[in-house]
Amino acid sequence: MSAVHIENVHKSFGKLEVLKGVSLTVEAGQVVAIIGRSGSGKSTLLRCINGLETIQSGRIEVVGHTVTYTDEKLRALRKDVGIVFQSYNLFPHLTVGQNIMLAPRITKGVPKEEARAQAEKVLAQVGLSEKFDVYPDNLSGGQQQRVAIARSLAMQPKVMLFDEVTSALDPELTGEVLLVMEELARGGMTMLLVTHEMNFARSVADFTVFMHQGKVWEMGPSEELFSHPKTPELAAFVKSTLK
Amino acid sequence: MQYQFQFNSVLAESGFIMQGILLTIYLSIGSIILGSIIAILFSALRANGPRWVGGLVDVYVELLRNTPFLVQLFIIFFGLPSIGIRLTADQAALLAMTLNLAAYSTEIIRAGVDSIHRSQIEAGLSLAMTKRQIFQHVIIVPAIAKVWPALSSQFVLMLLASSICSFISVQELSGVTAIIEQRTFRSFESYIVATLLYLVLALTLKVGLLGLGRLIFPRVSGLSRVQVKGEAA
Amino acid sequence: MIESFGWPEFMFLVRATGWTLVLTVVAFLFGSIVGGAFAIMRLAQSRILRNVASVYILVIQSVPVLMVLFLSYYGLSLAGFDIPPLIAASLSLGIYVSAYLAEIWRGSIEAVPFQQWEASSSLAMTRGQQYRYVILPQALRISVPPTVGFLVQLVKNTSIVSVVGFVDLARAGQLINNATFQPFQVFGSVAVIYFLICFPLSRLSKHLEKVLHVGRTH
Repeated sequence: MSAVHIENVHKSFGKLEVLKGVSLTVEAGQVVAIIGRSGSGKSTLLRCINGLETIQSGRIEVVGHTVTYTDEKLRALRKDVGIVFQSYNLFPHLTVGQNIMLAPRITKGVPKEEARAQAEKVLAQVGLSEKFDVYPDNLSGGQQQRVAIARSLAMQPKVMLFDEVTSALDPELTGEVLLVMEELARGGMTMLLVTHEMNFARSVADFTVFMHQGKVWEMGPSEELFSHPKTPELAAFVKSTLK
Repeated sequence: MQYQFQFNSVLAESGFIMQGILLTIYLSIGSIILGSIIAILFSALRANGPRWVGGLVDVYVELLRNTPFLVQLFIIFFGLPSIGIRLTADQAALLAMTLNLAAYSTEIIRAGVDSIHRSQIEAGLSLAMTKRQIFQHVIIVPAIAKVWPALSSQFVLMLLASSICSFISVQELSGVTAIIEQRTFRSFESYIVATLLYLVLALTLKVGLLGLGRLIFPRVSGLSRVQVKGEAA
Repeated sequence: MIESFGWPEFMFLVRATGWTLVLTVVAFLFGSIVGGAFAIMRLAQSRILRNVASVYILVIQSVPVLMVLFLSYYGLSLAGFDIPPLIAASLSLGIYVSAYLAEIWRGSIEAVPFQQWEASSSLAMTRGQQYRYVILPQALRISVPPTVGFLVQLVKNTSIVSVVGFVDLARAGQLINNATFQPFQVFGSVAVIYFLICFPLSRLSKHLEKVLHVGRTH
């Protein structure tokens, strides 16, 4: 059974149709990068996978959950699907440790000691063990994003979604975040990432999906897709990102 | 002006004045605590409850914000006994102040809740939290932190408005002042003393709330403030 | 003899409402003259003027309106003035009004971008001319919504003027209640009348805030 299965998904914001029949399958353990110009629908697609956006037609299945819009079903889905946002979205009134422990404790009923041990483990995984009691606004953007990744990992998700997680960062801070993601990929995590980091997509993602005008325009093994684009749109896009 | 100020007879009543001050403090702190609890509950209902409940909260807020505190006090003190609910003047005062402050605080906290960015809610949703959990763990603390200055001025205004409770002969600071005035025939001096004491109380509360804000919201520096004006009760 | 709350009693309330409105207007006019002066003082170049204004505003805003009422009332009578209740009530409420309007208007003046001061001073205007031709016209616009909003506070605060012998709406309600012992009907009606005055003003203030805010974004 595939980890993520998207079938002929349509999504509109009012009259504007942003996804026009998207289908995509991701197997467990695969890393898939989604690239494309802004407005191509790639972020929307990612947000549909954990039910933050509702789709008008089609079907999305994620690790055994069919995306269904009742609070109960969405919560069950989201316990298995982590997402990391462009703007980190850490809770400003909680310390790093509290940010990480909150959801496992209140949504899964994990006992405090266990949640703490788990938090320390994921924080070590992103290389920020010493920041456990620090508040988010005392961290750099790169560090905040790594904490956001740790916060998602503490839920022990089966799939991780990354929505342009380095786009808000200064160039010198993107490396540390990408490194964490690369290690995660190597550990066998199923990952879908919307990204502008072409080199990262090329070297880390097993497959890359090029979205254009609300459709999957072209997809394939990353290396091949980047070196031999089949459509003029992808060729133009790849060329524009090399500048 | 030939008037000779004489404070001696007024100051001789300092024990009585002290009683009044204590009752003013009790009513103010009591209504601040109870009113805030109600306001937080009301804000939660507005945010997550059924639409009609939120509507009721809005009606409550508008009714209380657009009528004088004195009239609310009269309805509670004179009206409730006529339907069999007997309250002492002190209880009526505490109830009226609590209900009044709850309305203003609900309105202020609403502005704070509205100012919480949608992305914070999405983060909570993505971590499988329920709406109630998101309100409780993600929204309410930063929301209150953002409007703390406005809430603080509202609390100070409530302390000042507690003087109106003397209209139903509650013996808080202005109530005891009215009695002292009658005993001593030193009206002007009596009210000068009372006014100075209110000034001290109000400024102390203001500074105290500022400190309390720093204590319970240490992260306020990281949150942009929301401008909301306090309003007279 | 116990009467009941009927038409004559209701008309008594309506007449008292008229007095509440008269009082509101007079207190507002008096308060705006004094408040306007304090707003300008608060922004004056002289440090002494600024401090005097700050202390005045802080003190008035930190004591109950009731105390302001008593002090000015007894103060005036001690000074030998025998004044009718309407004047006593409006003068003392006016003092309260002045402190709040001073603060609201100071904020409105400060909300005018400081480049407007620079631009007008580089046109060789005096400070008075700057206020008259450049700053105040813009500040006026900004100040309308909060000033209307403050009117609501003033209307509500007029309810306590019975302490200086003025019969306003709230006092009229008390008198009728003493005769009828129908507190819910009487004070309910009083509350409704206040609401009918205050609620439209509150909405107007919010509406103006939106309209003027939209108008300012280019």
